Amino acid sequence: MSTAETIEYPANWTRRHLLDLESLSAEEIVILLDTADKLKRMTDGCRRKLSLLTGLTCANLFFENSTRTRNSFSLAAKRLGADTVEFSSAGSSVAKGESFVDTAKTIESMGVDWVVTRHSTPGTPHLLSRELDCSVLNAGDGPHEHPTQGLLDMLTIRQHREKIDGLTVALVGDIAHSRTARSNIWGLKKLGAHVIICGPPTLVSQRWSELGFEVSYSLDDILPRCDVLNLLRIQFERQSARPFPSVQEYAALYAMTGDRVRRSKDGILIMAPGPINRGVEITPEVADGPHSVILEQVNNGIAVRMAALWLLAGKQEV
Amino acid sequence: MTALLIENGRLVDPSVGWDGPARLLVVDGTIAAIDPSDGDVPDDADRINASGQIVAPGLVDIAAELRDPGREEDESIQTGSDAALAGGYTSVLCSASTSPVIDTPAAVELVRQKSAQASGVRVHVIACLSKGREADQMAELGLLSDAGAVAFSDAPYPMPNDALLKRALEYCRMLNKPIFDRPEVPVLASSGVMHDGQVSLVLGLRGLPTEAEDLAVARDVRLAEATGGWLHVGPVSTMGSIDLLRRVKSRGVQVTASSCPHNLFLTDSELRSYDSRFKVHPPLRSPRHVEALRLAIADGTIDAIVSGHMPRATEKKSNDLDRAPFGAAALETSLSSVATFMVRPGHLTWADAIDRLSTAPARIAGIDAGGLSVGQAGDIVIFDPGAQWTVDGSKFRSRCKSSPLDGKQLEAMVTHTIVGGQVKFARN
Repeated sequence: MSTAETIEYPANWTRRHLLDLESLSAEEIVILLDTADKLKRMTDGCRRKLSLLTGLTCANLFFENSTRTRNSFSLAAKRLGADTVEFSSAGSSVAKGESFVDTAKTIESMGVDWVVTRHSTPGTPHLLSRELDCSVLNAGDGPHEHPTQGLLDMLTIRQHREKIDGLTVALVGDIAHSRTARSNIWGLKKLGAHVIICGPPTLVSQRWSELGFEVSYSLDDILPRCDVLNLLRIQFERQSARPFPSVQEYAALYAMTGDRVRRSKDGILIMAPGPINRGVEITPEVADGPHSVILEQVNNGIAVRMAALWLLAGKQEV
Repeated sequence: MTALLIENGRLVDPSVGWDGPARLLVVDGTIAAIDPSDGDVPDDADRINASGQIVAPGLVDIAAELRDPGREEDESIQTGSDAALAGGYTSVLCSASTSPVIDTPAAVELVRQKSAQASGVRVHVIACLSKGREADQMAELGLLSDAGAVAFSDAPYPMPNDALLKRALEYCRMLNKPIFDRPEVPVLASSGVMHDGQVSLVLGLRGLPTEAEDLAVARDVRLAEATGGWLHVGPVSTMGSIDLLRRVKSRGVQVTASSCPHNLFLTDSELRSYDSRFKVHPPLRSPRHVEALRLAIADGTIDAIVSGHMPRATEKKSNDLDRAPFGAAALETSLSSVATFMVRPGHLTWADAIDRLSTAPARIAGIDAGGLSVGQAGDIVIFDPGAQWTVDGSKFRSRCKSSPLDGKQLEAMVTHTIVGGQVKFARN
């Protein structure tokens, strides 16, 4: 383990929680991205371990299933020298009827410095931030936001295109149920991107246009203008009624295929927050093709979460 | 003989169009005289000096949940009665949101007995419209009426069965009792938790679309028109509902409507706090609906203001927005919130406000209340219109401590609530 790293704590960072990107300023988002870049370099691409947060403990309170986000937060904490506590609602006191707030308070009383929480209901991290003394990080609250996912998407775009200002980025798919979309929407807008929200009208509310975003129902129409496509998973598990006639019809209209890549701008970036439904939102040739940065996104997730944990911990001395 | 003289106050009685200084004499529970000569006032009469205060007919709530029997963790008839009195109410129609539901004469009698024991506000029973509140067969409306039910409704659930509602409206014409319907098409409302609009879109919370209410109001008023039945819809909250009501009322259909005070000034942006205090039903709507409601209350399209009292236990409300139930304590804040947000800005006069809170709801319920004419029951509220206070839910007399107004500064404070000539509530 190395202890020789130096990283300057940004003087203008004052946040104690990371609940959403809507409430962050562009400057705060840039601080998070810059910090993630630095930490990624200092850890040789998130492989090496630092000691910036030794002695602190991160609790992962996941009331919904997760693979990549949970592991990414755990690795991020460990890469910075912190300990982790893992909690899943299945088989826990929550299953016995305890409220999630009481569960979180119980875990906090064991002496944790951050609570990373995922829950099916929007606003639950905001609720916890009022109830707990430690820092709260939102790892996904229902269809509301998933701020670290939005940040890692932006970090990936920035690494390929240097800056986000002026780019045209389309979010395609199940916007209605996507927390990734709601974080990307605000983050990208704040950093100056032109955001197009694309999908069938039952999944893309026209109200987004009232909020200053371009709404499109035709992927083929917008393809020639896009620098980045972020393909969002159809979240069948959140839908009470099927919002389109069939998966086949959806795929015909909105799946990113090799043919559509060929009709896109040169150097288009293809992103997906995962897990991906191959053949629904994206064909295998595109998912594994040269324009895809899906695995880079996963790697950047660790860097972004390291940045968030470090900044929220407020430890200004190494 | 007992006698009570209320003097030096400003008497506001919209039932007879009176607004001015007057003395009020109540003898043996009944209004005996207005401006009696000194010789007519018994020497041993109790006296209340209402200087600087408004004396008005006691408020009438036609849509309160008292949750007793069976849901006493939320409220009991005793605590609900105490809360009503503190809010200036002298009559409350309690809905059938109990367990067991009120669909038999025995159940009506149980509530009446409990209310008598509580010895506070007058409690009238809204019995179920359908057996078991299952929206399948009509309840024994005639027997329920004989047992004392003043109206029929499956509230807080809307009536999803069109044919049953039509039959009941026809049937109730012989009973001369109204049917109340909470307007909502359940399949459109689905599992929404807040107004379906820009705010819900951004927050990712499931929305309750306005058309779920609009379509139900459209059905209800059409069936009322077709049957000539006595129908009350409410609480309503949308521009679409108002538009429909305005149109059918203009062609003489006998339909009345009500709204809740908090829907008249709070908007859906309150949900940005994700605080379940603001999860109420009907939901807090967007500003243009709120503005339309205020205008509709002012011009009488919406006849009455109901409290919207839906008490829920603290442990239920202190949950995330999906799991926390709809509901709030409202009996203790209705008059003050109407004073603050409708009277002070000039949307309503005091006479109009008392009409919407007392006279009109009494007329809608078909009960003898809402006025202070000689011979009527001495059901009176006295309040200081200039008093200012800050809402503190933890001090509510209701068992429910959750209020969307918690922390808000309000005007007007009830000082006395008098039921049948007896002072049931007096603020120290």
